[in-house]
Amino acid sequence: MIARRAVLAAAAIAVLALVAPVLPAYPLTLLTQALIVGILAMSLDVLLGYTGLTSLGHAAYFGVGAYAVAIMTTEKQAGLLACLVTGVLLAAGTAAIFGLLAIRATGTYFLMITLALGMVIWGLAFRWVTLTKGDNGIAGVPRPSLGALDLSGPLPFFYFCLVSAALAWALMGLLVVSPFGLGLRGIRGSETRMLALGYNVWLHKYTAFVISGVFAGFGGTLWAYYNGFVSPNDVQLVTSVETLLMVALGGSGTLIGPAIGAGVIVFLKNFVSVYTKRWLLILGAVYIGVILYAPSGIVGALRGRRR
Amino acid sequence: MTHSALRLEGVCRSFGGLQAVDSVTLTVQPGERRALIGPNGAGKTTLFNLISGALPLSAGRISLFGGDVTTAPAHRRAALGLARTFQITNLFPDLTVLENCLLAVQAHTRTRFAMLRPVYRYAGLLERARATLASLALEALAEAVVRNLSHGEQRQLEIALALAGKPRVLLLDEPTAGLSPAESRLMAGLLRRLDPEITVLMIEHDMDIALELSDMVTVLHYGRVIADGPREQVKADPQVKEIYLGA
Repeated sequence: MIARRAVLAAAAIAVLALVAPVLPAYPLTLLTQALIVGILAMSLDVLLGYTGLTSLGHAAYFGVGAYAVAIMTTEKQAGLLACLVTGVLLAAGTAAIFGLLAIRATGTYFLMITLALGMVIWGLAFRWVTLTKGDNGIAGVPRPSLGALDLSGPLPFFYFCLVSAALAWALMGLLVVSPFGLGLRGIRGSETRMLALGYNVWLHKYTAFVISGVFAGFGGTLWAYYNGFVSPNDVQLVTSVETLLMVALGGSGTLIGPAIGAGVIVFLKNFVSVYTKRWLLILGAVYIGVILYAPSGIVGALRGRRR
Repeated sequence: MTHSALRLEGVCRSFGGLQAVDSVTLTVQPGERRALIGPNGAGKTTLFNLISGALPLSAGRISLFGGDVTTAPAHRRAALGLARTFQITNLFPDLTVLENCLLAVQAHTRTRFAMLRPVYRYAGLLERARATLASLALEALAEAVVRNLSHGEQRQLEIALALAGKPRVLLLDEPTAGLSPAESRLMAGLLRRLDPEITVLMIEHDMDIALELSDMVTVLHYGRVIADGPREQVKADPQVKEIYLGA
């Protein structure tokens, strides 16, 4: 079953790679965006779908990664590798600190704490003007180059994001089927049983939390390059909520589902907002529809049917 | 000097004004089979939660093979060889029987933190998990999702998870809870075949099964030990007859 999914995913990646050159500029841009927020959504799924922890502060790690790149490129003219490493490490550090505070709580309390911690990052982005330029945001983030490879064009940058998303998917995909990942699914099923079996449940959750933050931060670094602009809007609560929606829409606990959910929401948002400013209304309707008719999400429903 | 497998000294636990477990002192020797009996609300399950570390003690001391574990977290006690089952079935309902068992097998290995290889590639873990299932006649159900099992099968898996970690002390919380008489007989047979090296402390409401499987009996009443000793002696105790065994 794992092998078949890997083949399916490889096929999807190949199709994307082949279609990209003939796509018009706008859909290609949206597809790039979908890949990046797809990484964010998958990182949240590791916590939500596999460990059973509903984080409402994932924009924080995404934002830390994005701001790191924005500051490093505009202030220090740093290269791609330095930016990626710094962004991911800072996101990991943030998750490591926030995890210490959040993992003690469960259920709604965990959700509220992660929400509050996410707002701390938003507050920093908004108020620490000397570092983040506050409300103005940081503009002029240049597209990176990978050695001699210039990634500034839409198509090369798309390929870069495709490879990044595929890599993130593969690593997280391995994580969730590994012995460690099985432990996470066990925690989702029954913490008391996991304790009785001899698992240090706190450590398992904490590790998952930090890993999730790493991938969210990785998505954030790409986001800064993609937009060329980072502002407090990227770290606000709406971003966290949208990510949660993507996971629910695509199917939590399926990993690829949230990436698909990310794609659906990105396209929906951009196409519907052409016709109406009330696109959130449409998004809400879609969400209610999913909860009513496919509570396990798009991928969850597909897999359920096959069984 | 050989240590007792499990020793409780003046163990107390209160919930608000209720003294659920009241200065219980108890020694269980290695390899012993002991039944813990008492009416509903006597504090038996609470005592299990104290021994396994699911609840903190209000007072007293607990040691496992001579080592003090009074304040040790549950997972550390499990690592020292303490396993338990739950009165209300506590499994991983969304996982398969094999995955449930793998979780129990890998719990005491360093593999539990391995992240870069699928769990199905660990031949050693799989083999041990399958062997545990086979020893409880569950191997045919290995790929079944636990939520689809019958209650009896789930009770058996409860035991399998506890045994998979090769425990030295096993706490069984009403292994026959909710089973039909036939299933109870099956379970009793299974428990009788347990490795004699394993120390077993068992809560059991079915008196026939409790007395058949245990050499020693401890009777709990309102959180206190009112009788403690060899089976025949406890059975003959007038106080026990009055409050528990009835007639």
